[in-house]
Amino acid sequence: MGQILSHLEALEAESIHIFREVFAEFRNPVMLWSVGKDSSVLLRLAQKAFYPGAIPFPMMHVDTTCKFPEMYEFRDRIADELGLNLIVESNTAALKHAPPMNKPGRYCDFCSRNMKTEALLAAIEKHGFDAAIGGARREEERSRAKERVFSFRDEFGQWDPKNQRPELWNLYNTRVHEGEGIRVFPLSNWTEADIWRYIQVEEIPIVDLYYAAERPVIEKGGCLLRADERLMTDEDEVKTEWVRWRTLGCVPCTGAVRSKATTLEEIVAEALTATHSERENRLVDQGGDSMEDKKKDGYF
Amino acid sequence: MTSPQMHEEAVEAAREILRRRMELLRFTTAGSVDDGKSTLIGRLLIDSKAVFEDQLQHVKQVTERSGREGVDLALITDGLRAEREQGITIDVAYRYFSTPKRSFIIADTPGHVQYTRNMVTGASTANAAVILVDARNGLVTQSLRHAFISNLLGIPHLIVAINKMDLVDYSEDVFEQIRGQFREWAAKLDAHDIQYIPISALHGDMVVERGENMPWYQGYTLLGLLENLEISADRNLQDFRFPVQLVCRPQTEELHDFRGYQGRVESGSVSIGDEVVALPSGLRSKVAQIVTFTGDLDQAVSGQSVTITLEDDIDISRGDMIVRPGNMPRVDNEFEAAICWMSDEPMQARKKYLIKHSTRTVRGFIKQLRYGIDVDSLHRDEEATELNLNEIGRCILKVQKPIFCDFYAHNRVGGAFIIIDELTNLTVGAGMVWRPLREPPDPAEG
Repeated sequence: MGQILSHLEALEAESIHIFREVFAEFRNPVMLWSVGKDSSVLLRLAQKAFYPGAIPFPMMHVDTTCKFPEMYEFRDRIADELGLNLIVESNTAALKHAPPMNKPGRYCDFCSRNMKTEALLAAIEKHGFDAAIGGARREEERSRAKERVFSFRDEFGQWDPKNQRPELWNLYNTRVHEGEGIRVFPLSNWTEADIWRYIQVEEIPIVDLYYAAERPVIEKGGCLLRADERLMTDEDEVKTEWVRWRTLGCVPCTGAVRSKATTLEEIVAEALTATHSERENRLVDQGGDSMEDKKKDGYF
Repeated sequence: MTSPQMHEEAVEAAREILRRRMELLRFTTAGSVDDGKSTLIGRLLIDSKAVFEDQLQHVKQVTERSGREGVDLALITDGLRAEREQGITIDVAYRYFSTPKRSFIIADTPGHVQYTRNMVTGASTANAAVILVDARNGLVTQSLRHAFISNLLGIPHLIVAINKMDLVDYSEDVFEQIRGQFREWAAKLDAHDIQYIPISALHGDMVVERGENMPWYQGYTLLGLLENLEISADRNLQDFRFPVQLVCRPQTEELHDFRGYQGRVESGSVSIGDEVVALPSGLRSKVAQIVTFTGDLDQAVSGQSVTITLEDDIDISRGDMIVRPGNMPRVDNEFEAAICWMSDEPMQARKKYLIKHSTRTVRGFIKQLRYGIDVDSLHRDEEATELNLNEIGRCILKVQKPIFCDFYAHNRVGGAFIIIDELTNLTVGAGMVWRPLREPPDPAEG
């Protein structure tokens, strides 16, 4: 090892340092596990931070109930293999008000507000978590560029972008009053390319949907969506195409890209030479300040 | 959308990028809307291909909607709605791009005096600062303020980018004149590496590409300089400092007696067998193992997060520090520091605050404000009685339990602390430990 860390080694060391600060300074932290690629990296970093000890806090999956079946399978398998303390929480009470999934715009609004934001805030309150660790990255979206690594949330779980605590050096202010909380983002300084490089170098398991295969899809609003019966109307035409997913979320709002990348190496090559942002294929993130608004409300 | 055909060349290019060891460089910029800072960052991001086509498309649409043509580079870095509405930058934004050689993090900060605290924040983790100067206006307060704060926060490399050269006919004379003035002013600073580049962020000259308008300038482009700054010597590799974050005791069957100290090597390095001493207890032992998830190491260097085990069972807990017996930090409960005040409520002498230094948080108070520093004129105000938001002063602090600190100028991580108001839990100040005025310099110190 050289005297200067490579940029991936430096990012890794910073993330590990953050994980340890969380566990040392909070009473009841939790890690949010979305089962996507960023979460997979986060999980590996958590293992590294506490090794040879076990990860000392639970993993919580806030389940919108409309994730890809492959994700549930992967989640349960990994939780089992690593002996994770897994908590799954869903806002099932809201489901009876859900609009049909084949109206993706309306469904995604419903899902984002009720099944993500509300479900998360309720779960945090239910378990009394004072810190929630998540895999968001600053590079992902412009309103995230100003988010702190330790990001304060008031009693309503809300973010006030104009009134954030200054964050200097690697000295994090972790103090909160009863009912308030901190969202912690150990991957703040990672880019999508870094995530993929790290997955490759570390051989981190990820959900199969990231790899290209021939899959039945339908085309809606410029997005290639999984041909899932719940999404389809009579007009939809099912085609079989070589596709894969660059990001994973809910079935109704996460589009696939056409690709024949079947190995990790090819996926990384695509990520490093990509000309479009990974959120382009998400119905949910399109439009001006939508992320800033959602985050203020308590969205991750 | 990705091409269905994966070209072998692209795969090979990705393999090559993976094989290469890239370094990480963090730098700051500061400025407000009119001085071309956003344009410069937009230019760096676009020309280094860190902006995706759909994002660029979005910016083009917004530019056109506002009745202009082309791409308003500044829109790429626009963040929060309030900032766009008011046409100002409020807070520090972090931006990312990379070249085959280095990966870059920009701390993009506002330049106005009302946002000194944001400038200080952005500077705290930077290896370099890009100081923007408008070629038409020469040295204005804002550029000098950024240079002063960068230097105060110990940034080792200052790059003075003389921008808007297109508006002064790419004149070498203008460039030389500004360079001369800056040099003269900078003599007051203790800065070792200051470099000067003429650029036009709007047209791109000397940012990523050289352009054809300034054949008289032979040095690096801005990106070239950022890629080639010699940063290996910036790290403190002498003074081993290991603040303990956690004590790891798995107490499983296999690891029944395992007791490891988890933390980051903040400076210096440590090897197996090294004799170490724990602070504050003063108890000594030797390094038995350096444990990581991917295997044990023989040596850990500055920046690495590891788990250390010792040959003897000695009492060490979070907030303690492991160092070498022959190279100890100061163990002090009274020290001098430069403080940047970050709260609307002025700093109060003798009020109890929390001081967080490394992994140690202690109660303390400001015993005396020696003088305030005017960040614009660099004058000392010996009459100052309080520090207000965005003001910087030199103070004497007293803490209830000692901290294990270095002088900031000698060891950045070892000399930095934050001040927290115990009632509001807000971070109200940032401090850097300075050599006391009465103490002569240590001749051994470079």
